[in-house]
Amino acid sequence: MATKIRHLHRHHTSPVSESRTVQVIAIFLCLLFMALFLILPLWSVFIEAFAKGVGAYFSALANKDAQSAIRLTLLVAAVAVPLNVVFGVCASWAIAKFEFKGKALLITLIDLPFSVSPIISGMVYVLLFGAGSFLGPWLKSYGIEVLFALPGIILATIFVTFPFVARELIPLMQDQGTGDEEAALSLGANGWQTFWRVTVPNIRWGLLYGVLLCNARAMGEFGAVAVVSGRIRGQTTTIPLQVEILYNEYNGAAAFALASLLAMLALLTLVLKSFLEWRFGDELAATGRH
Amino acid sequence: MTSTTPKRDGWRLKQPSVIPGFGLTLGFTLAYFSLIVFIPLIALGIRSAGLGFDGFWKAATDPRVLGALRVSFVTALIAAGVNVIFGTLIAWVLVRYRFPGRRIFDAVVDLPFALPTAVAGIALTAIYAPNGIVGHWFPFRIAYTPIGIVIAMIFIGLPFVVRTIQPILEEVSREVEEASATLGASRFQTITRVILPSLTPAIMTGFALAFARGVGEYGSVIFIAGNIPFVSEIAPLLIYIRLQEFNYVGATVIAAVMLIISFAMLFIINLIQAWSRKRFGYGN
Repeated sequence: MATKIRHLHRHHTSPVSESRTVQVIAIFLCLLFMALFLILPLWSVFIEAFAKGVGAYFSALANKDAQSAIRLTLLVAAVAVPLNVVFGVCASWAIAKFEFKGKALLITLIDLPFSVSPIISGMVYVLLFGAGSFLGPWLKSYGIEVLFALPGIILATIFVTFPFVARELIPLMQDQGTGDEEAALSLGANGWQTFWRVTVPNIRWGLLYGVLLCNARAMGEFGAVAVVSGRIRGQTTTIPLQVEILYNEYNGAAAFALASLLAMLALLTLVLKSFLEWRFGDELAATGRH
Repeated sequence: MTSTTPKRDGWRLKQPSVIPGFGLTLGFTLAYFSLIVFIPLIALGIRSAGLGFDGFWKAATDPRVLGALRVSFVTALIAAGVNVIFGTLIAWVLVRYRFPGRRIFDAVVDLPFALPTAVAGIALTAIYAPNGIVGHWFPFRIAYTPIGIVIAMIFIGLPFVVRTIQPILEEVSREVEEASATLGASRFQTITRVILPSLTPAIMTGFALAFARGVGEYGSVIFIAGNIPFVSEIAPLLIYIRLQEFNYVGATVIAAVMLIISFAMLFIINLIQAWSRKRFGYGN
């Protein structure tokens, strides 16, 4: 009798679920699609990178231009990410802790860089600082080069990574409200003490989450940086640009070797991001998963 | 004793609050936003307005420009369509089914957000090239044709669809499905008549986001596209070519057309979300 019930149970299809066959087919289709479009490209980066052996891989990474590209990418991210963190914290403090006119508009505007093509993000700085502009020649007369130099690359990177921290922190701080800060202030803490001892501990995981995504994009940005860089080898080529140069010179193995660094960064970002979602999910914003 | 009642009338920017730092944070936010985003975009607007309507129209209707815009929009439309079908299915499978490795696949969905576009571009080209591991199975070329562009745009747009639908699907209440089943609907009827309609706003938003991203995409597309004018040359690439030629007018016009269209898309997305909040009581 008992076995019969169990038997019935196993083959019973819930009215609010699909049959086992349908489930298996659906899962198989999804995994096939994701394998073809997501996993295979990632896997092929490493296969191609080691196509000419481990020695070639490491000598491609040790190349002088590759080294300078790595240094430039780290430098650009080291400037762009902290600036966007300061902006993200300021914007979310103003938006989440106060009621003011035009707030909804400000939230929409902060997301603006996400709906602009990366090429256009770089191009706006070419128009602003390039030949025929007002600012470019004026700065040049003081010896400051913006375009085809470090400042232009940093500006373009800041533009494309602009919303990441803010869009993670705004919904999080809105959910948390102002109660904790008001309590701290009424107990005699000053503004900075309240911020560092109450707000920052409340938002630290959300902040880290935003920084992770911001950094991944900052180190990997291609289109916007391609427009402003001028591609001076060993000087204004970031890792993605160096990858492109090598690839177009039919030096595939070296291109993929450098690309594998960015792929590892992407994997690390995904792992840390999933860990944060799993471990501190309720301390992250419920919305804004990208 | 003096009265401490605040003045009630008159316009004020902000509601009173005991929390400090409003001026500092909003001031910095607005200054930073203006310097990085607003002023550069305005500069682009002024440049294109300076052309006058006739000059603008003439440059915008240049055959090569129209060709590039057509390639970008048609391929982005197809890719967003494919992503809606598979993105909805993936969201469904990840939310409703339990299978080994589900968490890993859930994390992998975000890969296109994390993997730099140039890396994705050369990797997809290697796979789908005529001698690549997937490409050599096909009797026709995938890489260096518009099909390649679609492939790259599918890659880049997939997470937008999945991540828009997933949270909404988690909120759809099981009671409604049970009611539908109790009233005699088959599972297929329940899905198509009860669940899918409540997912429609999310699906439309995901479609619009994936489409907008596809139209603007550059890095992952240019390697696999072949970049032949009128056939596989995308609009962002044509902007890039115009900039390399120092033809800033030509570049500005294409950029302005693309910006107008993507801001219109943004507006439509906001409308869909406002409508879905009203209709279904939730949205994102």
